Amino acid sequence: MKKITLIVNIAAISTMAFLYLPLVAVAFFSVNNTKYGLIWKGFTLDWYTKLFQNELILHAAWNTLVLAVVSTVVSTFLGTILAIGMDRFPWPKKMNTVLDMILHLPVIIPDIIFAAAMVVAFGFLRSASTLFEPGLLNMIIAHITFQTAFVALVVRSRLVSIGKDVEEAARDLYAGTTYLLWKVTLPLLTPGIVAGAMLAFTLSLDDFVISFFTAGPDSVTLPLYIFAAVRRMVTPQIHALSTIVLLITIVLVISMERFTRKFNVK
Amino acid sequence: MTTEMKGLNLKEINKSYGNVKAVDNVSLDIKSGEFFTLLGPSGCGKTTLLRIIAGLELQDSGLVVLDDEDITIQPAIKRQINTVFQSYALFPHLTIFENIAFGLRSRKIADSEVNKRVNKALEMLEIDSMQKRFPHQLSGGQNQRVALARALVNEPKVLLLDEPMSALDAKLRAQVQVELRRLQQRLGQTFILVTHDQDEALVVSDRIAVMKDGEIVQFGTPEQVYDYPKNKFVAEFLGAANLISGTYHDGRLHTDLGVFEIEDTPSWDKGDVAIRPEWIKMSDIKPEINAIKATVKEIIYRGTNFDIWLDPGPLRVRTSSYKKIKIGDEVWLELGAKEMAVLHE
Repeated sequence: MKKITLIVNIAAISTMAFLYLPLVAVAFFSVNNTKYGLIWKGFTLDWYTKLFQNELILHAAWNTLVLAVVSTVVSTFLGTILAIGMDRFPWPKKMNTVLDMILHLPVIIPDIIFAAAMVVAFGFLRSASTLFEPGLLNMIIAHITFQTAFVALVVRSRLVSIGKDVEEAARDLYAGTTYLLWKVTLPLLTPGIVAGAMLAFTLSLDDFVISFFTAGPDSVTLPLYIFAAVRRMVTPQIHALSTIVLLITIVLVISMERFTRKFNVK
Repeated sequence: MTTEMKGLNLKEINKSYGNVKAVDNVSLDIKSGEFFTLLGPSGCGKTTLLRIIAGLELQDSGLVVLDDEDITIQPAIKRQINTVFQSYALFPHLTIFENIAFGLRSRKIADSEVNKRVNKALEMLEIDSMQKRFPHQLSGGQNQRVALARALVNEPKVLLLDEPMSALDAKLRAQVQVELRRLQQRLGQTFILVTHDQDEALVVSDRIAVMKDGEIVQFGTPEQVYDYPKNKFVAEFLGAANLISGTYHDGRLHTDLGVFEIEDTPSWDKGDVAIRPEWIKMSDIKPEINAIKATVKEIIYRGTNFDIWLDPGPLRVRTSSYKKIKIGDEVWLELGAKEMAVLHE
C-alpha cells in the first residue's frame, strides 16, 4: 500500500514539474543578470526596465489590451443575450439539441481551422469594404466570434442552476419583462457573466493562432511579438515579457476561480 | 344558468401535455374567503390547475372568472392572485425585507407605503427580526414564512399555496398547518392549497376537491369527503378504510361477513361499502344490529391509538382503549348503519 502511495506521489510531482519547470525557467532567466547562457549571474530587473523602454513592445501591449478589452466587452454582451435566448425561449426539444451543438462547435473546433475560416470570411468581406483589411478590427471580430460561444456556455450553465422558479415568482409578483431582467435575472446571472468575461479575456490575451491569421502589419499583439522575436533569438527581455503575460494570466485565473467559488457557496 | 357568485369560478378547464390530459374538464366554484384544498396524488393535475389559476400556464380551453371578471387571458402579472411556491422561490440576492417588498416595488408603490405594508407583514408572520438577512441564512420554516409574507403583502384576492409544507419536518408541519388555518380565518382571504397530504387537507380546509387523473372525483367539506367517500379511490386516499363488498337486495346489504342494515340506498345491486376503522364499535356484548363476531389477529401500537386487525376480514378497528384485549380474543363488532359509506364506480 505504502509503496503505491509513494509511486503515485512521485508520479504526481514529476508531472507537476514537467508542466511547470519550463515556466519557472522562463521566470528564472528573466531576472538573471546575463544575456546568454544558463548560469546564474545574480539578480536583476534590468530586462524589465528595458522592456518598458521598448516602443515596439509597448505598442504590442497596447494592441493586446485593446483587442482583449473590446472583444471581451462585446462578446460578453452577445454571449449573455445568446444564453438567455437559448435557455429561456421555449424552443422545441429538437431545436434545443441543434442549438446546443452549434454553441459547442466553436469551442471544440481546432483554432487553426477556425482561423483559416476567418481568413476566407474576411476575404469575402474585403471585396465589399476596405474596412476588412487585415488589422485590429478583423482581430477583434475574430476574437468576438470564438469568445461569444465560451461566454454563452458559462452564462447558460448559471441560468440552468438559477432555475425558472424565481422568474416565475417575479412574474407572479407583477414584474414586467424589463423589471424582471434588471431586478432578478441579471443580478443572479452576474457571477456567470463575470466568469464568462474573465474566461473570454484570458482567451483573447493568450490567443496566437487566430490573431496570427487576421493581424495586419500595424496590429502586432504580445503573443505575435514574442513569436517573431523568439524566431530571431530568445533574449532575457522576451523572458521578462513572457513572465508578465504569465503572471497576468495566473492572476486572472485565480480571481475567476475565487469569484465563482464565492458565489457558489451562496 | 345560475348567477355568478363572488369568488373564483373555473369553467370546463382542459389542459393537455402531448397525449397526457393533465386537467380534464374541471369546473369549480370557490367561494370568496374560503380555504379550499386541491387534494390528490402526484401527477393528478392539481399543480397544473393551480398554475392555470395563477396565470403561469394557459389552459387549452375553459374560463377563469374572478369576482365576476373574466381573467382567462390575463397573464400572471395582471392577476390579483399571488402564489407561495413549493420551493418558495425566494430571491437569493435580496434581503428578506426586499423579498417581501418585491411585489409592491414592481408596481411602483411609494416607499412610505411599501415600508408600512412590509413591516405589517413582517410582524404578522413574526419574522421582523430577520428582515436584514438573506434567504440562505434562514431555516426552511422561516423561509416559508417569508414566502407567505411576500405573497400576502400584496393583499391578493386569492392566495395560492403549492405544497408549501412539503419541505418541513412532520412536527413543524403540524404546527404550521394550524397557524395557516388561523391566519386565513383572521384575514378572511381566499386560500387555495395544493397538497397530496390528506391530514393537511382535513386540518386546514373549508372544502376539499379530491383530484385523480386530471378530474375532480369528489368535492365537499372535510367531514363529507372523509366520512362519506364516493368511491374506492377517495376512501383509500383519505386515510384508512375497511372496504366490504356485497350485494344489495331486500333493503339490506348481503356480504361474506353477514347481512347488514345500511342507511344509504345504493344505486347498484353489487358493489362496495367503506367504513373508517375508528367508526367500528368493539365490545364484549353482542350489539343489536350489524353484529360481527371476530377474532383479534394483530395489535399495532400507533402512539395515540391502536390498530387492531381482526378475522374475518381482514377488518381493521382503530381505538384508543385496547388494554383489555389480547391476540386471540373473541370480540363483537358493530358496523354502524350510518357509518357505512356506499361507494360508486
